[in-house]
Amino acid sequence: MSDAVRRRAVLVLPFTWLLLFFLAPFFIVLKISLAESAIGIPPYTPLFSTDASGWHLYLSLGGYEFLISDSLYFRAYLDALKFAAVSTVFCLLVGYPLAYGIVRAARRWRGALLLLVILPFWTSFLIRVYAWIGLLKGNGLINNTLLALGLIDQPLTLLNNAFAVYVGIVYSYLPFMVLPLYAQLEKLDPALLEAAADLGCRPWQAFARVTLPLSLPGIAAGALLVFIPAVGEFVIPDLLGGPDTLMIGKVLWDEFFANRDWPVASAVAIAMLVVLIVPMAFIRRLLQEEAA
Amino acid sequence: MKRFRPGAAAAVDGVSLEITAGEFFALLGPSGCGKTTLLRMLAGFERPDAGRILIDGEDMAEVPPYRRPVNMMFQSYALFPHMTVAENVGFGLRQDGLPKAERAARVAAMLDLVKLGAFAERKPQQLSGGERQRVALARALAQEPKLVLLDEPLAALDRKLREETRFELVRIQQRIGITFLMVTHDQEEAMSMASRIAVMAAGKVVQLGTPQEIYEAPASRFVADFIGGVNLLPGEVTGSEGGRLLVASAEAGGTILAEHGPLARGTLVTLAVRPEKIVLDAPPSVANRLEGVIRGFAYRGEASTLEVELATGRVLRVSVANNARRREMHGLGDRVTLGWDPTAVVLLVR
Repeated sequence: MSDAVRRRAVLVLPFTWLLLFFLAPFFIVLKISLAESAIGIPPYTPLFSTDASGWHLYLSLGGYEFLISDSLYFRAYLDALKFAAVSTVFCLLVGYPLAYGIVRAARRWRGALLLLVILPFWTSFLIRVYAWIGLLKGNGLINNTLLALGLIDQPLTLLNNAFAVYVGIVYSYLPFMVLPLYAQLEKLDPALLEAAADLGCRPWQAFARVTLPLSLPGIAAGALLVFIPAVGEFVIPDLLGGPDTLMIGKVLWDEFFANRDWPVASAVAIAMLVVLIVPMAFIRRLLQEEAA
Repeated sequence: MKRFRPGAAAAVDGVSLEITAGEFFALLGPSGCGKTTLLRMLAGFERPDAGRILIDGEDMAEVPPYRRPVNMMFQSYALFPHMTVAENVGFGLRQDGLPKAERAARVAAMLDLVKLGAFAERKPQQLSGGERQRVALARALAQEPKLVLLDEPLAALDRKLREETRFELVRIQQRIGITFLMVTHDQEEAMSMASRIAVMAAGKVVQLGTPQEIYEAPASRFVADFIGGVNLLPGEVTGSEGGRLLVASAEAGGTILAEHGPLARGTLVTLAVRPEKIVLDAPPSVANRLEGVIRGFAYRGEASTLEVELATGRVLRVSVANNARRREMHGLGDRVTLGWDPTAVVLLVR
C-alpha cells in the first residue's frame, strides 16, 4: 500500500462518522421539513409515492412558508441571536480574566484551578439550572440574604425574565469560553511582555498591544463554542425564562412536542442551521486572514 | 545583591561595576553565575534586594522597565509574531508617541543599519534565525537608549553566522556609539567583541579587565581555566634566581622558572600555562624543558592540539599553529621535548 493510499485510508473513519451521524440526520430533517403535516405515524406525508402512473415526488414548502408568514418565528430567531450574542460577550468578560488568572497562577496551582472550571460538568446540567431557580426565586437564597441584610425591603424579581436567562447561559457556557482562552494564553511567551515593557509599555498597554491581539484565535474559538449552542438553547429559557422569553430552541420544542407539527419543527431547525452558518463562515474568514 | 528566595544563595552579590559610556562591555561566566540576573536588574525586570543601579547618574531603583533608558535584545529575540518587521522595530517609537512620518524614517534607518531594508513587510516567522536576530537588534536600538543589553546575542545562531555576526555587532556598536552590555557564557565571543570583560562566578565578579588582561594575566585558577584552554600544575615556591621564582612541581617532575613578583619560600601556587605558549621540540636555550610522549592528537584546521604525557604521568595540552601548508608532524608515541619561557607562566597563589 502506498503512502498516499494509506494517508487517505486514515480519513475514512472521520468521514464515515460524519456521514452517519451528521449528514444522514441532516438529510432526514431536511426531508421532513419538505413534507406536509399529517395524522399518523410518522406524522408527515412521504416525499415519494408510487401509483399506477409511476413515481411521484411531492415537495412542500409549507413549513417554510409558515415560518415566513408568522412574525413570531422571525422574532424568536432574533431574540435567540440577541441572547446568544449578549451572553457570549459576558462569557468573554468573565472568562478572559479567569483564563488569564489561571495562566498567571503558579504552575502547581494551574491543574487545580482548571479542574475547578470543569468541575460543574460532574453534575447534571439540568440539576445545575434548577439550582439557579432556588437561588433566584422570590424567597430564594439571594433575595433572602439581601432582605436579611436590610439592603432591600421588597424581593427583587430575578427569576422568569431575561436576566435569569442571561445568568443561566453565562453560568452554563463559561467553561467553553475559559478553556480555549486558557490554551491560547498559555502559549504566550512571557518574554514578549517583557519586551513590550522594555520598549515603553505600561502593563495595560502591553496587554492591549501584545496579549490581546495574540489571544484573538482563542477569543474566536471560545465565542463560537458559546454562541452556537446558546442560539439553540432550550432548557435554560424554558426553566429560567418568563412567558415572554422567546428563544428559537423553545419554539422548536413546542412545534415538535406540543403541536406535533414535524415539518414546521424541521423547517425551524434547518433555518436555524442557516442562521448559524453565516456568522461561523464570517469568523472563519477573519481567522484565515489573521493567519495569512 | 539579589536573592530569589529568602535564605537561598544570593544570585548576585557584592558586584560593583562601572561601565563607561560608549563601551562594549561583556559579562562572562558559566550558566548560573548570576550574569543574566544582573542584566535583568539593569533592564528593571528584577529588583535588587540591596545595592544601587545608576544610569547616567540617575538612580534606577524606583524606575519601572517601561521608563528606563535601556533596551534589551532578548536571547529568544521575543519578536512580536503578529507584527511585521517594520512594526516590530517601530514598536517603541509608537509607544513614545513619535509622529508617523518620523517613525517611518527611523524604522527605515534602523532596518538599513542591520541590512534588512527589503524585509520590512515580512512577519518574523518568515525570516531566518540570523535575520530575526538583526530585527531584534534594530528594535533595541530604535529608541536610542543610553544602554543596550544583549542577552546571549549569538547563542541561537549557527557557528559560521555567529562569527560573521560578531564583527557586524561590533561595527554597528562603533558606528552608533551606544553603550552595549552583553551577557555570554562563550569566552571566545566575549573576548572577540568586548572592550572590557567582567568574569563572573557564583554571583560575584572574579576579574575585570580587557580581554588581553584576562587571558594573559588571569587572577585566579577559575578565570585561567574558564577562559581558553590551560594547563594547571600545582607547585611550591622554593627560591628565586635572577628575579625569577623557582617553583617545584611534582606533577611536572622538576623545577619550573616563572616570572613573577617576589613570593616567600614555601608559598603554595598553581602554575598556569596556555597550550599555545608551549613550544614543541624546544631548543636548549628555552628555560623550562620537559620530556614527554605524544598520546593524543586533534587536527583543528588553523591549529592542532596535542596531548603529551610527561614522565610523571601528567598530561599537558599543547597547541601548534598550522602555519605551513604541509609540515612534518609528529605521530602518536613520538618522544618530544616541551618547553616554555618563564614569562609564559602565570603564577596563581593558592
